Amino acid sequence: MNLEYFFSLFLGGLTRGSIYALIALGYTMVYGIIKLINFAHGEIYMIGAFTSLIIGAALAMSGMNPILIFVLACLAAIVYSAAYGITIERLAYRPLRKAPRLSVLISAIGMSIFLQNYVLLAQTSDFLPFPLVLPNMKFLKPIEHMMTTTQFLILISTAVVMVLLTILIKFTRMGKAMRATSQDKDMAQLVGINVDRVISMTFLIGSATAALGGVLISSHIGQINFYIGFIAGIKAFVAAVLGGIGSIPGAVLGSFVLGLTESFGTGYISSDYEDAFAFIILILILIFKPAGLLGRKENEKV
Amino acid sequence: MSDAPVLEVNDLSMVFGGLRAVDNVSLNIKKGEIVALIGPNGAGKTTFFNCITGVYIPTHGEVKINTSEGSAVLNGLKPNVINEKGLARTFQNIRLFSNMTVLENVMIGRHQSLKSGILSSVLRTKKNRIEEQKVIDDSYEILRKIGLEMYVNELACNLPYGAQRRLEIARAMATNPFLLLLDEPAAGMNPQETNDLVELIERLRKEEDITILLIEHDMSLVMTLSERIYVVDYGKMIATGTPEEIKNNKEVIKAYLGEDIDA
Amino acid sequence: MITIKDLKKAFLNALWFIFLTFPIMVMKVNTINDTLIWRWMNMLYIGVAAFVFTLLGKIYTVRKANRSEIVKPSLIQIVNSKMENKKVRYSSLAAVVAIVILYPFLMSMYQTSIMTTALMYVVLGLGLNIVVGFGGLLHLGYAAFYAVGAYTYGLLFYHFGLNFWLCLPIGAVFSALFGIILGFPILRLRGDYLAIVTLAFGEIVRLVLENWNEFSFGPSGIANIARPMIFGQKLKLAQVTNFTYFIAVGLTILTIIVIRRMESSKMGRAWEAMREDEIACQAMGIDITKAKLTAFSMGAVWAGIMGVLFAAKTTFINPASFTTWESIVILCVVVIGGMGSIPGVIAGALIFILTPEYLRAFSQYRMLIFGIALVVMMIFRPGGIIPKIRRSYQFAADKEETQEVEA
Ligand SMILES: Nc1ncnc2c1ncn2[C@@H]1O[C@H](COP(=O)(O)OP(=O)(O)O)[C@@H](O)[C@H]1O
Ligand SMILES: [Mg+2]
Repeated sequence: MNLEYFFSLFLGGLTRGSIYALIALGYTMVYGIIKLINFAHGEIYMIGAFTSLIIGAALAMSGMNPILIFVLACLAAIVYSAAYGITIERLAYRPLRKAPRLSVLISAIGMSIFLQNYVLLAQTSDFLPFPLVLPNMKFLKPIEHMMTTTQFLILISTAVVMVLLTILIKFTRMGKAMRATSQDKDMAQLVGINVDRVISMTFLIGSATAALGGVLISSHIGQINFYIGFIAGIKAFVAAVLGGIGSIPGAVLGSFVLGLTESFGTGYISSDYEDAFAFIILILILIFKPAGLLGRKENEKV
Repeated sequence: MSDAPVLEVNDLSMVFGGLRAVDNVSLNIKKGEIVALIGPNGAGKTTFFNCITGVYIPTHGEVKINTSEGSAVLNGLKPNVINEKGLARTFQNIRLFSNMTVLENVMIGRHQSLKSGILSSVLRTKKNRIEEQKVIDDSYEILRKIGLEMYVNELACNLPYGAQRRLEIARAMATNPFLLLLDEPAAGMNPQETNDLVELIERLRKEEDITILLIEHDMSLVMTLSERIYVVDYGKMIATGTPEEIKNNKEVIKAYLGEDIDA
Repeated sequence: MITIKDLKKAFLNALWFIFLTFPIMVMKVNTINDTLIWRWMNMLYIGVAAFVFTLLGKIYTVRKANRSEIVKPSLIQIVNSKMENKKVRYSSLAAVVAIVILYPFLMSMYQTSIMTTALMYVVLGLGLNIVVGFGGLLHLGYAAFYAVGAYTYGLLFYHFGLNFWLCLPIGAVFSALFGIILGFPILRLRGDYLAIVTLAFGEIVRLVLENWNEFSFGPSGIANIARPMIFGQKLKLAQVTNFTYFIAVGLTILTIIVIRRMESSKMGRAWEAMREDEIACQAMGIDITKAKLTAFSMGAVWAGIMGVLFAAKTTFINPASFTTWESIVILCVVVIGGMGSIPGVIAGALIFILTPEYLRAFSQYRMLIFGIALVVMMIFRPGGIIPKIRRSYQFAADKEETQEVEA
């Protein structure tokens, strides 16, 4: 057994897992609060990637320092994705707050189709090379063949986001309001929580982390098009479900399980079935743990 | 054998995490009786029903029925199988098929009695057509008995509250049970509706040859209808007896009014 | 009716949308040859559109609030009451039959072919409607069953030369078996979990077809599949197009009859009860396992049959025709048409498939409009184009009473 190969697969899996986690957070938070599979979430991630591509390319023409460009493009992506996230909630989900769950889901699917085609028509259907590349960091030189600078950055940013989010949810007023709302919306309203604000905030945070994921993975892979949101969105959703949808630690765990499975699966079994591993492990886990790894079994009171 | 209780529950317990929602409860009911199960909110009454009807699998204990077809243990059977054995129930939080008509709700109760498979329904064989017409007529007859015939083609969710509760009973009766379990049938009803309900339950017992176990908070209803009463509190059975006995039982008064009764 | 406050709000909305769409609508970069185009005019268009739509929305809500008291009968109710009259019913039925029969002779081959496709979606929609509309089980992998049917015919023809007519029932049976196979692992899952697992199942089927070259010939698929024949006779292209159209018509009629009968049978009622409340449904003696498995397999049958027809119609199949998007399109047909409503699903499929074909000018914008349509539909008309109307039952007793009153 080749240890080095194993480690590079392991690190590859962690990187993938981190990205899935950044996207899966949005799914799981939104689900936790309004019980909606936000089908358009993958598109938010794609819009984040596109915004950073556009802003990054425009800034690059002015000959700015690449690190500064990266930071500015990242910020633009986060701001815009968050703005799209809350706008979509306002337009397509809020009017359906009292409607059956399936109606909201269809509305989300509609939004997803709309956003894909919006970017397709306003920009292009071609794959575009992603302009944001970071100079290699010197201290990573010895392990460069196993871990690139971008990979390193992905792992670090994910860790930072996780810590910040935990602090936000555990210790701030907004976090408390979010937890209360996810427990019981009507009750939260009664005790004076502005539920609409909490929901907007949830979309904002989820969209912002997805945008960060979008920028990072795009600079790792090197090209994007309007369709990248769909498959990434589905994978991240699978990760959220694996971990137990609605649970934030669950989403992170599910993402890493998924990332590692895919990495080892493609490395040791077959790269043809890259996407199938995700779905197979999902079905296996749900057969044995129908509520996901960390999800609580909903024992319906009768 | 004829005086063996139709329902026999021995040492039944249901534990949720650390909570003993039902704690070692035993109960039996003779054929044709109306028995009430009372107790404060959260005492475990609904959970007891859920254990008997297969919604939950009890942690411990035995649920047994004795009918003309012999005895059977119900533990671990699925709800639909238990229903087939002749137990039918209503729900405390009304669980009608809200987007179906009143008649269709009752028709679903007749499900078990229908024999046609998919193929004969698709081919509309003569036997199937006769059976379908019969289920419609039978269901209508049940609605008439329960006094809901004016609503036949209404959606269940558009019915007034009291009528919804009666529809729950109609639907349960459609499954042709020997034992009917009613979970707070009078909850939310006005006095007139409650009186009608008392009259209905008495009529059902007389005309349909049925045994009834009911959970209810309305004491006047319980005292008028039931022959025997079981009282639970915090999952435990604290008293049993005739209405007269229960009325004067210290334990029961304490459970309902709190510890300060003597003060 | 419109106050200064409304104007201000519309203006702010316009500003917000100009901001929101700025990078994507105004700037256009090409990172291959490093060009950047500014499209300033788009800012104006977006701003005006946002302004106008906000005001229109305001007018709509005010109007709706004023008019809520008077309930006008909807178009569907009017049509329905007209249909009560036997004469009207039979003459409109006759008109529909005439149009259906004459259609291929009056229209071009291309349009006949499009209509065949639309009819295929009618059947697919009706099949999925069993699972989603009746059973309330959100199924996002329906295209997998479509693929099973198509590959059943493709492979049986390729290896053994089996003909279309023989493969039609075989495809249906295989597909139903697949429905049961999928049904088992998901019996315990609820709502959204079910949705994602069916989606996963659909993707796995597609990935297997794409990568298992020895079995399915991979992405290149199977070509030169035989078109339907009559009495072993090969037909000319124009004839076979018409013939395929009539096969589609026949299968559509068959589907409508069979599914209507299923709906008003013991099993159909069990499906609906399961959708309404699983716990109450079991308490009424319905075996929910059986209800779910039959819903899945009876839904899958139609996809299998249409898969066979699809392979025969296009003579070429590959995995690209059976993606998750295909499943979503079929789901949209059901939802837009009206969940649980058979006429709704028929209308949904025809509108959904035919409109974009006849609005070629807009073909670029077709998916964009379609996406918006889904959202708007859910907000303003959640029951679909033709919402389900429940059957009313008649009783001998009722009639007697009315007679007594008259007497
Ligand atoms: N599915 C469940 N999971 C956890 N606890 C439950 C569940 N069902 C009931 N309980 C608990 O069991 C206790 C008894 O509830 P219940 O039987 O509904 O009481 P009652 O019907 O007498 O008012 C309550 O404390 C309730 O919270
Ligand atoms: Mg109760």
